[in-house]
Amino acid sequence: MTPLDVPAIDAGALAAASARLLTAAAAEADVVYCELDSPLGPIVAAATADGLARLAYREFNGGLDAILGALAIKLSPRIVEAPARMDTIRRELDEYFAGRRRSFDIPVDLGLAAPFGRAVLQACVRIPFGDTSNYAAVAAEAGRPRASRAAGNALGANPVPIVVPCHRVLRTGGGLGGYTGGSAVKERLLALEGVLR
Amino acid sequence: MLPFQRFFEQHREPVWRYCVAAVGALHAEDVFQETFLAALRAYPRRRPGTSASAWIMTIAHNKAMDHHRATARRALPVEALPEVAHHDPEPELDAGPWARVRTLAPKQRAALTLRYAADLTHAEVARALGCSEEAARRSAHEGLKTLRLEITP
Repeated sequence: MTPLDVPAIDAGALAAASARLLTAAAAEADVVYCELDSPLGPIVAAATADGLARLAYREFNGGLDAILGALAIKLSPRIVEAPARMDTIRRELDEYFAGRRRSFDIPVDLGLAAPFGRAVLQACVRIPFGDTSNYAAVAAEAGRPRASRAAGNALGANPVPIVVPCHRVLRTGGGLGGYTGGSAVKERLLALEGVLR
Repeated sequence: MLPFQRFFEQHREPVWRYCVAAVGALHAEDVFQETFLAALRAYPRRRPGTSASAWIMTIAHNKAMDHHRATARRALPVEALPEVAHHDPEPELDAGPWARVRTLAPKQRAALTLRYAADLTHAEVARALGCSEEAARRSAHEGLKTLRLEITP
């Protein structure tokens, strides 16, 4: 009698096959993502065919699995890690943190935002580097002057912080206001842009 | 639903083992790629509550069957054998008991491979093959007996 054992795995062959599979899968997936290092800590970036759909401060959002899990529910479970497909956002963020970029050119997909939220985020993009606004002004820009609380909620739910610069929107009275990465991160972004010392 | 990336990471090792057993190390990657690309396409339609292993192994089994059929078509019988030197196309890569399993009748081969390389239960093997659990159990048993193979605990 000969034993019929489970076939052994050639780790090198499986690793090479996995890399090829992920490259092919990334071309068909609905969402591709990568993890990035930044001076503000690790960031998860995810994109659809239409553009950058998510930038998430990893720790502030409960870790990679929580972030991917939310994307699976809200966008599609066909999510594949594809660092090679995320070169543009990596480069633009590097330039921004190095002080060599004041606005972002990468296409953005606001599919994760609700309709009014989208209008608020589009108004927010128009606030230039080094400047600030407040929730009431952004609400008015988005077409609902009395909806400053809803505008604040939409900014708090900004799926692509930094690129859509919600950190430039402060409380109407002049206070800092909340931030999707925590108020310490908001302060650091405003300091980078020369608004705060 | 688990992001596909995590699903792939959880299942790539057992699927790889299955592919190596089902079609041999030389062709394992082709079947592996076809299996996971088909899984990616069907992924959002997978019914929750069903076993993820049974689902992916059923796809792998179908892809392995496609491979066997394509190989059989390529090996058409000819009336007069051409006088060329014969090269074994898959040398030592394909030694071992799983190469012998691949010489069995399709049902026995499939039952053995899904049960002992893919590590499905007999009930899951039965569902993948569209037969009764008893028939799956019997096919695996007969396959082992034919080849004088035994399962080590």
